[in-house]
Amino acid sequence: MRTAISSLQLFQPRSLRDALLMLRDDGPLVPLAGCTDVYVSLNFGTLAGTRFINLWNLEHLRRIERRGSSLVIGALATYSQIARSRPVRTHLPMLVEAARQVGGVQIQNRGTLGGNIATGSPAGDSLPVLAAADAVVVLRSAAGTRRVPFTSFYTGYRATVMRPDELIVAVEIPPVEGQQWFRKVGTRAAQAISKVVMAAVRARRPRIALGSVAPTVVRAWKTEEALAAGGPIADARAILMTEIAPIDDLRSTAEYRQRVAGNLLERFWVETA
Amino acid sequence: MHFILNGRRMNVKAHPMKRLLDVLREDCRLTGTKEGCGEGECGACTVLVDGQPVNSCLIPVAQVRGARVTTIEGLKGRTALQEAFVTEGGAQCGICTPGMIVAASALAPRPTAEDVRTGLAGNLCRCTGYSAIYRAVERASRRSSRRGRLQPARKIPVARDFSRARKTVVARDFSRAGKIDVARDFSRATKAGLKSGATTDRKKKR
Repeated sequence: MRTAISSLQLFQPRSLRDALLMLRDDGPLVPLAGCTDVYVSLNFGTLAGTRFINLWNLEHLRRIERRGSSLVIGALATYSQIARSRPVRTHLPMLVEAARQVGGVQIQNRGTLGGNIATGSPAGDSLPVLAAADAVVVLRSAAGTRRVPFTSFYTGYRATVMRPDELIVAVEIPPVEGQQWFRKVGTRAAQAISKVVMAAVRARRPRIALGSVAPTVVRAWKTEEALAAGGPIADARAILMTEIAPIDDLRSTAEYRQRVAGNLLERFWVETA
Repeated sequence: MHFILNGRRMNVKAHPMKRLLDVLREDCRLTGTKEGCGEGECGACTVLVDGQPVNSCLIPVAQVRGARVTTIEGLKGRTALQEAFVTEGGAQCGICTPGMIVAASALAPRPTAEDVRTGLAGNLCRCTGYSAIYRAVERASRRSSRRGRLQPARKIPVARDFSRARKTVVARDFSRAGKIDVARDFSRATKAGLKSGATTDRKKKR
């Protein structure tokens, strides 16, 4: 481990209220959930923060439940828990697909939905699902609660609308009409970050979201409109190319990602026809 | 900071942000858990926390307060899995082996080939090409299908050799201090280890 442990400080709240007060009075603090991202940075000595707050034991942030017609997933729900959850399986099967393809079982047992959102990697596996499902992020601070549509949560590369004194406490997912579809393309099935990841819903107004093709997860609004208007898939594919901006990096190339994103769009359209 | 390690209550004085992996190896002196990549990719450091496989390199010890932690040492030395790994050639250089066995021990009863692949997808091996490992897990699960989990005891000579080798090596690490509970358990082993230092060296050369 390349970070000197003795320089680190950990706050250990007993309740959500405790945690929110610590964030307000002692911040800024780096929230710790399953630690699957934070400890990678710590091990490599690349994490800027030295003061942390441990949220892992705040059990009631782990709940998954139906509230009215919505599905509410607590921020600390792990991928394993999500994949097993009956409400998620019936209401949002594409999230189950995504959860099963995160890392391996060890990561799925620790990684949380809230953590995936807060880390905000453009490659986050669950993020296109949340974008396509029109999810709402529930943020809480000592001052109160606010709800932010997931599609306006990110402001740039790993940048969000969250204030330092806020925590993600849950994600609300309204009913999703239509057939859900998810596909992750990576080097191998497990333990691989995606080259392109796409979640989509086939409804009168289709919904399409992609990861790893821009600085943030992308909702392909214009492509959706073209498909809703009944235009040919080839046109929709051309429009999609204007809505994504992939780059060359160590995992793939911009050209490959564009081609795969187009292929995924067509695959989605054929498979859900 | 207390947690249950291999069925015994442990009290550890460690920085709350110290990795569980380092607490196990340095404070608890259980060196069966290996560090491979240190970034959650390889699964060599897999242990069970409350029965679930996790990467101990990605967990601050503060997050296992009160939890049940099981390491390769806690699988009781001789298991059907270990035997099957030997028989099928599932272990070569050995670095991934403890993590593989711990991850496999958490599989549901009578796993299908697909279950085994999925359950071990978070464990990398650079020697075996995986087939031998999958065969070993399937063999062990056939043997123990009535027992639920994959760990019935069955003595075999090879396993006995393994346990002796481990004790000797571990014992040398123990020689420095005995601050915590678990060291007391090993105090006899420590003495034995000091006396038989020559044996250890010979083993190493081989």
